[in-house]
Amino acid sequence: MNELLPVAVIGTSLLAAIVIFLLPDAQQRVRSTLNIGAALVKIALVAWMTIGIYQQELFETRFTILPGIDFVLRADSLSMLFAGLSSLLWLFTTLYAIGYLEGSPHRSRFFGFFSLCVASTMGISLAGNLFTFLIFFEMLTLSTYPLVVHRGTEASLRAGRTYLRYTLTGGAVLLLGVALLYGYAGPAVGEFAETGTLREVAGLDTSVLIAIFAVLILGVGVKAAFVPFHGWLPVAMVAPAPVSALLHAVAVVKAGAFGIIRIVYNVYGIEFSAQLGVLLPLAVLAAVTIIWGSLQALRQVELKKRLAFSTVSQVSYIALGVALFGPIGSIGGLVHLLHQGIMKVTLFFAAGNYAETLGIHRIDELDGVGKRMPGTSLAFTVGALGMIGLPPTAGFISKWYLGIGALEAGMAWALGVLVLSSALNAAYFLPILYRLWFKPVRGAWPDEKILAGRFETDPWLLLPTLATMVFTIAAGLLAAHAWSPLSWAILVSVREYLP
Amino acid sequence: MSLSFEAFNSDFWYACIGAVLFVVALYAFIVSQPLLKKLLAFNIMGSGVFLMMVGLAQYQHGPDSVPQALVLTGIVVAVAATALALVLLRKWVLSGGQA
Amino acid sequence: MIPLLLIIPLVFALFSVLLPRAPIKLIALPGLVLQLIASLALSVQIYRHGASDYQLGGWETPLGITLHANGFTVTLLTLTAFIAIVCAVYALVYLQRYRHEQRYFWPLFWFLLASLNGIWLSGDLFNLYVGLELLTFSAVGMVALTGSKPSLRAAIRYLYAALLGSLGFLAGVGLLYGQYGTLAIQDIAEISNAAAPTQVAIALMTIGLLLKTAIFPLHFWLPPAHGGALAPVSALLSALVVKASFYILALLWLDLAPEAVAPAAAQLLGALGAGAIVWGSWCAFRQSDLKMLVAYSTVAQLGYLMFLFPLSIGTSAVAAELAWQGTVLHLLAHAFAKAAMFLSVGTLVLALGHQSIKDLAGVSHRVPLALFAFGLSAVSLMGLPPSGGFNAKWLLLQSALLSGQWWWFVIILIGGLMTAAYVFRVFRVSFVEEARHQFAPTHWLLDVCALTLAAAAILLGFVSQWPLQLMQLVPGGSG
Repeated sequence: MNELLPVAVIGTSLLAAIVIFLLPDAQQRVRSTLNIGAALVKIALVAWMTIGIYQQELFETRFTILPGIDFVLRADSLSMLFAGLSSLLWLFTTLYAIGYLEGSPHRSRFFGFFSLCVASTMGISLAGNLFTFLIFFEMLTLSTYPLVVHRGTEASLRAGRTYLRYTLTGGAVLLLGVALLYGYAGPAVGEFAETGTLREVAGLDTSVLIAIFAVLILGVGVKAAFVPFHGWLPVAMVAPAPVSALLHAVAVVKAGAFGIIRIVYNVYGIEFSAQLGVLLPLAVLAAVTIIWGSLQALRQVELKKRLAFSTVSQVSYIALGVALFGPIGSIGGLVHLLHQGIMKVTLFFAAGNYAETLGIHRIDELDGVGKRMPGTSLAFTVGALGMIGLPPTAGFISKWYLGIGALEAGMAWALGVLVLSSALNAAYFLPILYRLWFKPVRGAWPDEKILAGRFETDPWLLLPTLATMVFTIAAGLLAAHAWSPLSWAILVSVREYLP
Repeated sequence: MSLSFEAFNSDFWYACIGAVLFVVALYAFIVSQPLLKKLLAFNIMGSGVFLMMVGLAQYQHGPDSVPQALVLTGIVVAVAATALALVLLRKWVLSGGQA
Repeated sequence: MIPLLLIIPLVFALFSVLLPRAPIKLIALPGLVLQLIASLALSVQIYRHGASDYQLGGWETPLGITLHANGFTVTLLTLTAFIAIVCAVYALVYLQRYRHEQRYFWPLFWFLLASLNGIWLSGDLFNLYVGLELLTFSAVGMVALTGSKPSLRAAIRYLYAALLGSLGFLAGVGLLYGQYGTLAIQDIAEISNAAAPTQVAIALMTIGLLLKTAIFPLHFWLPPAHGGALAPVSALLSALVVKASFYILALLWLDLAPEAVAPAAAQLLGALGAGAIVWGSWCAFRQSDLKMLVAYSTVAQLGYLMFLFPLSIGTSAVAAELAWQGTVLHLLAHAFAKAAMFLSVGTLVLALGHQSIKDLAGVSHRVPLALFAFGLSAVSLMGLPPSGGFNAKWLLLQSALLSGQWWWFVIILIGGLMTAAYVFRVFRVSFVEEARHQFAPTHWLLDVCALTLAAAAILLGFVSQWPLQLMQLVPGGSG
């Protein structure tokens, strides 16, 4: 049974994708039921596995795919971190997308690729070695492209081309790194083990290992939107809001960040990485991205683009946490994987609501929206405060741990970066909040649609937004609870440092 | 290799002539434009190769039925190939192509 | 068992020539099923008892004809039979609008299969020559099938190039017989050396075979021939026919006369392969005709096969083994993927009524399955996981690393990206919304055929172990 669970988790979405592709567009009820049903089944399976992992059970599916190389799906504590985030947010994004795409063409195609995306993300989280990780990493690229170009407009197609250029090149670099690693150190090194497998292998030249590390990080770094490879992210904002929410909170950028975590923790091992001296460059790269992303966000006039650059900046918090040697820093990075996901999804849902209900795309059109759409604006506010790092939101918890971790690792400058970034976050979020609540309405909304009578907007759009907002607050308030993201991150971190 | 008059028997000369034919016809094949001319060049190349096959083998081992059998097969194949090419050429010309 | 694989297609070819139109279609599928069963049965037999030989008519070499079957042979036989069945089903439906051509398609089809089987099973050099000629005639006939002016031109070009190649090959055979006194491949392999006549012979045969395999820069005949032929014909040509001459080339260099080939010459072949990848991909990217894009893609993909030579000659045994495995997987994966691609493109052209890439708008909605098959086959061609193409790429990369020849490594990676460039050209247009023209309905079987082959290319990525093990476990397996 334990061997089938990882496959089942991926299989639910794969199966759903195939069925959805074959459904005609008009069959909305069937498709929605299938989508939501599959999402719920997946959450159940993930929860089952999470409980099992907590009790130190083993879930592994393995078969030989090439001479000497296995295809491995293995659930460990880190997998469950990512898988849990993905499956939960998937449910909400599915609900949101059903509402958002109401009546638009090609919904079967959209939801089919949507499900393929989920399957790829699950595969990434459950991959047990670098080779399997690579397989699902590339699958993710292929399944997200049709979502980016979904609208079929000239702008979408151009964005799709840019997206491919970045992600396929990143994938080729990652392939280069993985091939080099396997060729140089043998296929056993690719296996993800709790404290890394590389230090077990004797007689390896450290400069080669450092070079391979750089290549690997570069490969996953494109998806994780490290500067200067972040160009695809703002461009991909032409996609529909559910896609932006997906790409930015759950799938693509998190997959990149997850890849960094895997490489540093489970292939090289945190101690070996510290020995090799690669942690400092990684931290510097992360820091540069954090600051640069925030600076660029300040300059943006469109709401989604500002959120995009905010993502560029925030995802590097995770990388920064990974690069801080010490359990506290690691906890900060890991928990931010979850927290940033929840908060960013909330922000994008809200932005999508504004666009869909009132036709608002630019920030200067947001004056006085708080009165017209109070629920959405409240969610946006909570998400923004979380990004800035104010208690009691989830963002505060992550920044707290990152800050202490920076001090503990002896990289006090990183603390400075965090403080500066929070200030910049405030600088580009607070004016929006001011506009939302305190400025009078300018005139007619750009493109108002009365979607749902008494409700401010369609319940399919509003309720997921409010739900993720609640999670944002809950993750912060109830952080000490045994089932909070923080506790899980602590579990993962402990298992990494003390096997 | 001891050079004596008997060494240069007729098989050796056939082989040499075959080689010369092959090279000359190859040049003609590559250089000439009309398709019919290329076909003729191919046929001469074929003859050259056949001469080489029989000549060299028999020069080294004496009369030998295997290369003769091979060459017979080769001639048949060449005839069939020429027939196919001619049919295609004819249709091509009938459709307005340049021969 | 072995002669059956030659007898079946020849007998059915004879039937197809003699019988009128209707029964031809009826007997096609049963005949193919018979062939597939025979191939599988032979595979099982080889797996259990090892490589085996068969003397036709009981006559010994050098006068008799020897047929030889090992692990690699049965892999190729099964591949041929499987792709043939799918293409035949496709052709049965597709050719309904080409009534005149149907009369001639089927006999040519069976002769094509007979010649392919003959080449895979051949145990001596002259048999290979005869097989190659028969293959050429069948293929040229299929290219010229519609009798239109462009297809006649393409067929004549193809015929001339192929004949030139055959003469080179025959000249080499003659030289080899002159030196060794036998034509049996196994016998020559035992006594071969690096003397001048052998090297000249190998050189002549190599040039002839490169011409037949359309390796850059001798590829000029392939795009018009494959791009202009009917869809099932293009599929068979790109998937199987060009592989036959490559198979012979590999046989010569690795098995027949390994001492006669210098590592420098092997590097040259690799360089030609690299040229094919770069040039073919670039030309494919610049094409405006859909089928020509796929044809140039074949030119590019065949370049990967050339890496077998520099990676296995003059390198360590481990690197050579990896190179061999990667090449075999690439051969299989490309056969499935390219056949799928041609079949799906054929369906697209049928639905659209034209072949222009710029006007593919609306395809993703109206002809989704064909586009999906195209997509899956593209995944394998790009070498993206999970697919047979990815596994092949991985093995070749590992081999390049191990033998220190990092330049092939770079070319392989670049090749993947260039393939993505021209493949996504087709995709991005298909997502555009305004459908400006009428779409003709297409039969669902056409889509099923393309999807089957595309799925096979992807699945190969998961079951790569099967053909690899079949070749390893059998003694004399990696022929």
